Amino acid sequence: MKNIIISTGLAVMTLLPLQALAADYKIDTNGAHASINFKVSHLGYSFIKGRFNTFNGTFTYDENDLSASSVEVNVDTRSLDTNHAERDKHIRSDDFIDASKFSTATFKSRRVEDKGDGELAISGDLTLHGKTKPIVISASFIGEGKDPWGGHRAGFIGSTRLELADFDIQVMGTASYVDMELHVEGVRM
Amino acid sequence: MNTKAIPKHYSLPSRLLHWVTAVAVLALFAVGLWMVDLTYYSEWYKTAPHWHKSLGILLALATLIRLGWKWWSGAPAVEGKAYEIFIAKWVHSFLYVLLFVMFFSGYLISTADGRAIAVFNWFEVPSLGQLFDNQPDIAGEVHYYSAMILMVLALIHGLAALKHHYVDKDNTLRKMLGERK
Repeated sequence: MKNIIISTGLAVMTLLPLQALAADYKIDTNGAHASINFKVSHLGYSFIKGRFNTFNGTFTYDENDLSASSVEVNVDTRSLDTNHAERDKHIRSDDFIDASKFSTATFKSRRVEDKGDGELAISGDLTLHGKTKPIVISASFIGEGKDPWGGHRAGFIGSTRLELADFDIQVMGTASYVDMELHVEGVRM
Repeated sequence: MNTKAIPKHYSLPSRLLHWVTAVAVLALFAVGLWMVDLTYYSEWYKTAPHWHKSLGILLALATLIRLGWKWWSGAPAVEGKAYEIFIAKWVHSFLYVLLFVMFFSGYLISTADGRAIAVFNWFEVPSLGQLFDNQPDIAGEVHYYSAMILMVLALIHGLAALKHHYVDKDNTLRKMLGERK
């Protein structure tokens, strides 16, 4: 009898980590613990920073098997905000991202590569301005654990460079690319 | 009010709504004062405001129903001397006004950035967006001081009811308790 209990216990213990595989997280946009920021050249003299205020998404993260991780984000391109209403209007217009026609940008990961030391290379498809192109996001794991309010959170920072021409967005002067800075904190679902 | 005969007691729905409001207002006041001093790392930091907002919205709906019911079914006459009746009616009206000031100012704090208010995750009350500058701060001040005035008026309201019951020995409190004489 004792042996059965011990062997059952051992079996359960060895199975448990497998069951705890790949937890699903909802990106915490309600609490604004995530942001999608961009940086673009101004005349080659400086940079302007902007953000998309409205987005949602989910990710799957498994610390034991990073390659099983995935992420999906939908961005409302009409929520572009560079702290200047007239400029925002211009960027949203069909001169640039044509936000009324292409109001959603999506990113869907295809493959997550473990670079070691919490560094990840997230390959996936970005749909922006009606064009879908493969991109790679360099991401770093920041931390995870319980929050004080009964949830479990995990967070990352990511960056990638988007060539505007890849998405048929007009290149003006020195502004041929946009650097994205992504802060992502998720609450386990 | 409609043209029906004036009732002798408050009806059961009126009494229920009155006492539910009394308990809810005291709970909202206590939770409200407590929750704004919680530290970020308190386990109640998110839950307490969520419940406060949810209960507040539900009380706002109940108060609308209550006023509709009062208008439709009528209310018994206020008893006492002429000046008492005058003050009582004034206090009653002001209590209602303060309740709505509380509901609206509270709503304006939470919805200033376009976020909706989730009521116990049952349904959401959408935002009207930012209606004026410094909305969360100004609405917060109004919410705080209105709450203080509401508490003072509620105390006067309660003490007056006890005075009518024990000193004047009239029906004021019984009308709201539902006892038949």
